[in-house]
Amino acid sequence: MSGKWVSAVVLAGFAATLGLAMPAQAGATLDKIKQAGSLSCGVQAGTPGFGQPDSQGKYSGFNIDICRAISAAVFGDADKVKYVPLTAQQRFTALQSGEVDILSNNTTWTLQRDTQLGLNFGPVVFYDGQGFMVPKKSGVKTAKELNGATVCVTPGTTTELNLADYFRANKMDYKPVVIEKVDEVMAAYISGRCDVFTTDSAALAAQRAGRTQNPDDHIILTERISKEPLAPAVRHGDEEWHDIVDWTIYALIEAEEKGITQKNVDEMAKSEAPDIKRMLGGTPGMGKSLNLDEKWAYNAIKAVGNYGEIFDRHLGLNTPLKLERGYNNLWTKGGLIYAMPIR
Amino acid sequence: MASETAAIVVRPSRPAPWRDPRLRGIALQVVFVAVIAAIIGFLAYNTTVNLRRQNIATGFGFLDREAAFGIGESLIAYSPADTYARAFLVGLANTLYVSAIGIVLATILGTVMGLARLSRNWLVAKLAAIYVETFRNIPLALQLLFWWALLREVAPGPRQAWQPLPGVFVSNRGILLPVPHQDPAYLWMAVAFAIALGIAYAGLRWARRRQAETGRQFPAGWVGFALALGLPLIVFVAHGMPLEMEWPVLRGFNFAGGTAFSPEFGALLIGLVVYTGTFIAEIVRAGILAVSWGQSEAAMALGLRPGQRMRLVVLPQALRVIIPPMTSEYLSLTKNSSLAVIIGYPDLVSIANTTMNQTGQAVEGIAMIMAVYLVISLLISLFMNLYNRSVALVER
Repeated sequence: MSGKWVSAVVLAGFAATLGLAMPAQAGATLDKIKQAGSLSCGVQAGTPGFGQPDSQGKYSGFNIDICRAISAAVFGDADKVKYVPLTAQQRFTALQSGEVDILSNNTTWTLQRDTQLGLNFGPVVFYDGQGFMVPKKSGVKTAKELNGATVCVTPGTTTELNLADYFRANKMDYKPVVIEKVDEVMAAYISGRCDVFTTDSAALAAQRAGRTQNPDDHIILTERISKEPLAPAVRHGDEEWHDIVDWTIYALIEAEEKGITQKNVDEMAKSEAPDIKRMLGGTPGMGKSLNLDEKWAYNAIKAVGNYGEIFDRHLGLNTPLKLERGYNNLWTKGGLIYAMPIR
Repeated sequence: MASETAAIVVRPSRPAPWRDPRLRGIALQVVFVAVIAAIIGFLAYNTTVNLRRQNIATGFGFLDREAAFGIGESLIAYSPADTYARAFLVGLANTLYVSAIGIVLATILGTVMGLARLSRNWLVAKLAAIYVETFRNIPLALQLLFWWALLREVAPGPRQAWQPLPGVFVSNRGILLPVPHQDPAYLWMAVAFAIALGIAYAGLRWARRRQAETGRQFPAGWVGFALALGLPLIVFVAHGMPLEMEWPVLRGFNFAGGTAFSPEFGALLIGLVVYTGTFIAEIVRAGILAVSWGQSEAAMALGLRPGQRMRLVVLPQALRVIIPPMTSEYLSLTKNSSLAVIIGYPDLVSIANTTMNQTGQAVEGIAMIMAVYLVISLLISLFMNLYNRSVALVER
């Protein structure tokens, strides 16, 4: 009898190990999230405008609202998100191992990451390019003058690789100072340890606005040395969860195009226009196809507003970052932001 | 009849196999090993299956691919066009470099502080005690950040660099020193130095043997020192004293030429030496206190001078107590050098982290780091154990 007991306990132990060690199975992520009652969202520890905790530890920013929208689509409540701050080096392992369910932290979509790292990317939420920031008093006007410079950069980023490529292509020398924590690398730049700080230009604007004593003392050079399409990432192999991320973001974009805002979404829900009715759940079908409630898009828009509202709230001209929409305008207004048809 | 009796005497009554303690012991060990092997096998299998299902690349093929990222300081030639394997070597060389220098300096600092704490001079002893108690009780990671911020913030920019000696520049880019131009004379000087060391060692052994046999002393230490200094000097003069130096010059953003110690290297080295030095100081103090006072009194009664007393009587006995814990300190210093990641010194872990992140192959990367630290640690242990055997008490 006791022998049976022992083997039962051992078996249970093995089963538990097995359960822990096997995350991504098709459909497993949504089930796991529903069971846990919250979505685990990998964010950056501190990039003003994109994702940063306030003094109470409450996160806010552009990338945070993406996670809130998905939470609203899944649970009907935007606050069921657990934020996990990750450095550039930690983020992929955290996603692969199942510690987080989605990365929403300015991750660039590249071939290697899509294939070798076992990731899948959602729609691009921000089109960016890598730039250089220098102190104004250095007198540097273009990136071509940077030969011999000491450059601050965070490791494990596409930035680090583009930097090497750029200097190699232009037959220039540089010395990288590579530090994992954004706080430390910015401190090194500000203390003059480096001549240049390089990362995506929007993040440069964010650091300049948020972490320098006098933002006007630093200039961002006009060159963009790379394409940085920033997109949320999920694990490879769970198509259901990938679809939910894709279509929630498309819904936010579509809402801007159709003029649906956080304020008027209730009114719009009563609209007789067939496409709006389909999206906001008046005509059932879309939610069911995603294994979500029919109110998924309505809840997401109600919680965070449409794509344009999210952009304006955290990054736009009325924020310290003062970013133009540029490429990140709707396709109808000359930008690249485009949603697939919701039908 | 007789043969049957004999058989009974020769063959002792055997217990049943499950009552035989020897067999039971073997069986238990077999089961234990099997369980461990099964767990390892299960973990390995599970990892492989999961990696494959998530479409994550596996294997060490990535080592041949182009690394494509830059490394700030390197002892061996490196460019972003080199492979990941080469980048890994750069990191390994940096780790060994900072650890080796760190071990030497920490030993010197620790020994000095350990002796100072035993000093009869009140001020010296108290200062040493304050040093030990302060730096031993602050986490090393914090100390590294402190030293790094200090080196960065206090020193001026490269254009306003301090120049304590002609050709030596101190700025927030590091300390720059002039280096002599490459010349064949330097190689021959190194050879001469090695030969001098060999002769000095042989001379020391000869002098010891002679003293043991005849009691006559010979100043082998001084002669060896003179040889080590003199032979390379003779070669230097014979080659016409090539003294052309490569001076660091401010060019554009930064200094070119000369050799540089970066603030990251400096902060890491200072942090490791100052932190480990406290432990070594305590080990040295404990080792000397472990030698009973009677030994010193006996040495004094024999008329040995204080220096001789320390060198010939106290230290040889103290070393037996000092060496084993010292090995652990050397091991910790080497392993603590991986904290370089926080302040951006490109050591093994920092470069392996970047590699893992760019290739996504965390399992392989971690395995390589673990293997390298294991090998380094085992080698240090091996050498220290050999040395320990040479100073250990030999019973006659």
